[in-house]
Amino acid sequence: MTRRRLLLGGAATAAVVLVKSSFGKMVQTGIPEAAFDPTRQVGPLPGVLGTRSPFEHPQRKPSLTSSQTPLQDLYGMITPSDLHFERHHAGVPAIDPNSYELMIHGMVDKPTVFSLADLKRFPSVSRICFIECSGNFRKPDKENITPQDICGLTSQSEWTGVMLSTLFREVGIHPKATWFLAEGSDAAVMTRSIPVSKGWEDAMIVYAQNGEAIRPQQGYPARLLLPGWEGNTSVKWIRRIELSDGPFMTREETSKYTEPVKDGKIRQFSFTMDARSIITYPAYPAQLQKGWVEIRGLAWSGRGKVQKVEISTDAGKTWNAARLQEPVLDKAHTYFRYLWQWNGDTTAIMSRAIDETGYVQPALQELFAARGLGTGYHLNPVTAWLIKRDGQVVYSPEKWK
Amino acid sequence: MPFWACVAGTLMIACERRNTAMPEHFGYGRPATEKEIAAIAIAIHPDGKGLPAGSGTVQNGALIYAAKCAACHGATGVEGPYNILVAPDTVDAPPFDKAPKRIKAIGNYWPYATTIFDYVRRAMPFNAPGSLSDNEVYSVTAWLLYANKLIGANAVMNAKTLPAVVMPARKYYVTDSRKGGDGPYE
Repeated sequence: MTRRRLLLGGAATAAVVLVKSSFGKMVQTGIPEAAFDPTRQVGPLPGVLGTRSPFEHPQRKPSLTSSQTPLQDLYGMITPSDLHFERHHAGVPAIDPNSYELMIHGMVDKPTVFSLADLKRFPSVSRICFIECSGNFRKPDKENITPQDICGLTSQSEWTGVMLSTLFREVGIHPKATWFLAEGSDAAVMTRSIPVSKGWEDAMIVYAQNGEAIRPQQGYPARLLLPGWEGNTSVKWIRRIELSDGPFMTREETSKYTEPVKDGKIRQFSFTMDARSIITYPAYPAQLQKGWVEIRGLAWSGRGKVQKVEISTDAGKTWNAARLQEPVLDKAHTYFRYLWQWNGDTTAIMSRAIDETGYVQPALQELFAARGLGTGYHLNPVTAWLIKRDGQVVYSPEKWK
Repeated sequence: MPFWACVAGTLMIACERRNTAMPEHFGYGRPATEKEIAAIAIAIHPDGKGLPAGSGTVQNGALIYAAKCAACHGATGVEGPYNILVAPDTVDAPPFDKAPKRIKAIGNYWPYATTIFDYVRRAMPFNAPGSLSDNEVYSVTAWLLYANKLIGANAVMNAKTLPAVVMPARKYYVTDSRKGGDGPYE
């Protein structure tokens, strides 16, 4: 079969394939049914960019305010950059890296403006960690929802940039400066107040994600990265850091990203993401067959390393340790696996993460008992998947408030 | 290993040793001028530091709100479709931890009045952020505070009066005390 015929396409198509057109552009085209034999057809020659197989369609799920990572379609600890979740408050800004600047001022000795090139000249550091939105929770209201629906607002990348402590030393932080404001240059000019101690501990200004320039949706050309803290604090498109002697009480740390707790109180500056896990396989919409099943999923903690993941295949009556995939990193998604033999009976399977502080991922009702019913952010309950007799795997709806 | 590689390797290790100490300053970047800082440093502190000159009234705020805010937030701030802004604090309201469906808005949930000015000026209206003058922002802020029954109809909002507005929700705010570990859940 000639390339020309491929491009024109046949009547019935069984699949699509990528071919290079006469203009050198990659195009998808149909393959006539029962005609395709890859050993009899020279494929596309090397190109400038790689592509996914036309048979694979992992997609984020967008709403007006966010788009969620398809956790159930992934196999490892790194989230492909184009599948990293998005959450922003006024869209993705278009920023020219040549005119980009980061200003650090306020209670500092030397108020300074850094260009992107300046930031890249400093000693650089790479680290792998997750970013999770503190609103990463889905009300367990129906059976047909996926891991992506339940907690797709967490993703993991290798981030590269300069330690904020390096920049702090460069500008000279006043001893009485206790907080800093981080401000983005999106249309919400979004701001959060951050304790200076986090800046010295492990905060970074990052300009690269998984080995290449950070994507616009993740903060191009540079963002703040606060490992283990609620995603909103890792301010994207960062343009300004103002050192101060107190928090600024911005909208995102008062009206939003706070949660009602017991006795009518409202909890503020709840930065750290508590330990959590989710089984990503088998999960809705998977269909099981009797026999051996490898249960797989992700566990993480904003307080350090995942120490252990326990699996229950009998609706929480007994728990057994899963195998953790190395490397198990600080404040990072950790992939777990657990081999199980399904005998065909109806049951519920669930996972719980235990981090190095000894914290055990709670059940939803335990969170309600601790905080009251008004809680909303920072919900990290154990997620159960119900396995029906016919092998259908569905989310297990729980009583909600 | 060939001789040259050995020599190069030794030299590199020596260089690395000399350079392990990080300098206190690299000298990258350029000084920020007062003018540059003033042009970009728009954040308002809760004590009012950073508030600009100018002022606004409830009456003017009502006109601006109707023209530029009501389409998203409703004619009186309670209709939506987007964030509900008006919910006065009431003595007999159930606490939020017992009433998950209770509306959270400026009157019953926001701890500082300065946040309204800061946020409206930087991010609103959604379709034209940064388009309001400082006086217009003061006026919209005044109307929102009035609608939430926090100031009177004749109150004027400016750099002095705005931080002094008493916000009922402030007394409920506590700083996160979760620590991880195997203690009781918080």
